[in-house]
Amino acid sequence: MEEIASLMQGFSIALTPYNLALMFVGIVLGVVIGVLPGLGGANGVAILLPLTFSMPPTSAIIMLSCIYWGALFGGAITSILFNIPGEPWSVATTFDGHPMARQGRADEALTAAFTSSFVGAFVAVVVITFLAPVIARFALQFGPAEFFSVFFLTFASFVGMGRGSASKTLAAMALGFALAAVGMDGVTGQLRMTFGYDELLGGFDFLIAVIGLFGIGEILSSMEDGLKFQGSEAKLRLTVVLTTWKKLLAYWVTSIRSCIIGCWMGITPGGATPASFMSYGLAKRMSPRGANFGKGEMEGVVAPETAAHAAGTSALLPMLTLGIPGSPTAAVLLGGLLIWGLQPGPLLFVEQKEFVWGLIASMYLGNIVGLIVVLTCVPMFAAILRIPFSIIAPVILVICAIGAYTVNNNMFDVWMMLVFGVVGYVFNKLRYPLAPLVLAIVLGDKAEEAFRQSMLLSQGNLSIFWANPLVATIMSLGLAMLIWPLASALKARFGHARSATAA
Amino acid sequence: MREQEDASDEPSLVSNRVLEIVVALLLLGISAIIIYDSVRLGIGWAEGEGPRAGYFPFYIAVVLATASISILLKAVMGKGDGLSDSFVSRSAIGRVITVLVPAIIYVGAVQFIGLYTASAAFIFFFMIFVGGESVLRAIGVALGVPIFFFVMFEKWFLVPLPKGPIEAMLGF
Repeated sequence: MEEIASLMQGFSIALTPYNLALMFVGIVLGVVIGVLPGLGGANGVAILLPLTFSMPPTSAIIMLSCIYWGALFGGAITSILFNIPGEPWSVATTFDGHPMARQGRADEALTAAFTSSFVGAFVAVVVITFLAPVIARFALQFGPAEFFSVFFLTFASFVGMGRGSASKTLAAMALGFALAAVGMDGVTGQLRMTFGYDELLGGFDFLIAVIGLFGIGEILSSMEDGLKFQGSEAKLRLTVVLTTWKKLLAYWVTSIRSCIIGCWMGITPGGATPASFMSYGLAKRMSPRGANFGKGEMEGVVAPETAAHAAGTSALLPMLTLGIPGSPTAAVLLGGLLIWGLQPGPLLFVEQKEFVWGLIASMYLGNIVGLIVVLTCVPMFAAILRIPFSIIAPVILVICAIGAYTVNNNMFDVWMMLVFGVVGYVFNKLRYPLAPLVLAIVLGDKAEEAFRQSMLLSQGNLSIFWANPLVATIMSLGLAMLIWPLASALKARFGHARSATAA
Repeated sequence: MREQEDASDEPSLVSNRVLEIVVALLLLGISAIIIYDSVRLGIGWAEGEGPRAGYFPFYIAVVLATASISILLKAVMGKGDGLSDSFVSRSAIGRVITVLVPAIIYVGAVQFIGLYTASAAFIFFFMIFVGGESVLRAIGVALGVPIFFFVMFEKWFLVPLPKGPIEAMLGF
């Protein structure tokens, strides 16, 4: 039980008044970010990242990860009260959450959402606590081929598990890799795709892409809808919280199932959004009251919220142990680690024990703080949504511009942010997924490096990816993921044709 | 199979199908640029060095081209959900432009008059002309927000942001 001892040490690091205060600030900021249109977990953390450069890394990551938890919680508030999913993963929460609010059961729905979020996150943190050191130890023996196979599986998972068109996922991903390749090539020192523009020497910074795609893109989308909030009043009374908790106990099967889906989807980067939909779908099919889903069934809030948080939290596991983030927000946190001079990956667990365990301990504490904050402050957060959009829109745009500028202190980035904003708006409408695009920008260089090193080792022979059982298994899993959409499309066509002839 | 019906009551400016085709063509163009530059860098094997610099981007561009051709074909043949739906209606694109154009002017202005002044002006004009808020309220927010950020960045976090003549006049 080495992990328990390390964790206790982690608590002693995280439990300083300074860090607790940062946790509280992070959660509150996170909920605000989650509630406001145009600011979300990923770009919120990206914008605040430059402000943490002067902090000690452990404190900085505690605050930033708490912003992430807060944003996860905050998404539920807007979904339930206003039928506006503040974050993509809370779309499924609107299905039953908002009908409940319209029936005057907003307090029950909110309590159910927050509690399930907490349960999902908590289970995921426990998984991280015990699984992460094992994976990290295991990964210490990884060579470039193993790392490349993990990258391959990561991106193949987006294709295999993504909702929507596989070609669009592939296109978004390839675009990300291409953007990552721009600039100086790390191996040969040659300039790639800069076409003589000095601004492109350093390549595209993914933080800029995140702020543009998610921030500006979202503002443009919100603007298009014309934005008329029709919110329900929210107040949480202690009695309602307690009776709801009692009712929630009945849904333990759904909770466990959602936790498993969430953790799985978070670790293999399916992400929080598909996890929430999958969990909702399964709950609907399996629940005895499945027919009532969509009309205000509490179980329909429990399932997606638990899964989304389990996925959002466990997305940090591959980020910490392998240096491969499972979600855009995890990618931004990874960017933070690099800036603070920490190399994410298996060595982190050996060389930066204090940092890792401080962070893991803060996940437990942060979620407890988060649950208390959201349960007590809902009316305050709901009030933020009553600020007219004509004030929110320009202010958020200014915040995004400042955020983009401070990443590298240059104006070109701010222009790029606008370009990415338009791309984000169009991609969103045409259902190109943004998460693989962002992750490819982040991981492109590393994936390429791993690939080229493997090729050097094997002198250009692709069989190195099937050289030992481990790398062969991961590669084959990845290939299966890639073929999955094709196979299921063929099956659907074949099955369809058969039923058509039968009819 | 497909039904021609207008979901929204507003006139559609451009359909999803047209935009799908435009985006797919753009992506195809991007992959052509990458392939062009990758070939210049060399996409083969350098003796003793491993794959050349253009090797990886080349195959990425091939994937991008394949994916965009598949998207393009689907859109041209009219297969897929919601292709005939409106991408954006006239009034919606109008609202989008009312944010986008001021935002572009704002970013341009930051270079000349500094971030704080540009932000104040942007918030002020946006609130009055786009948002229809009262002048008093607009002045309040337009002054309050930049001053708050000024204190936060220049004094508290010591992160300097672009400043212009007005800040210089005030001695910063």
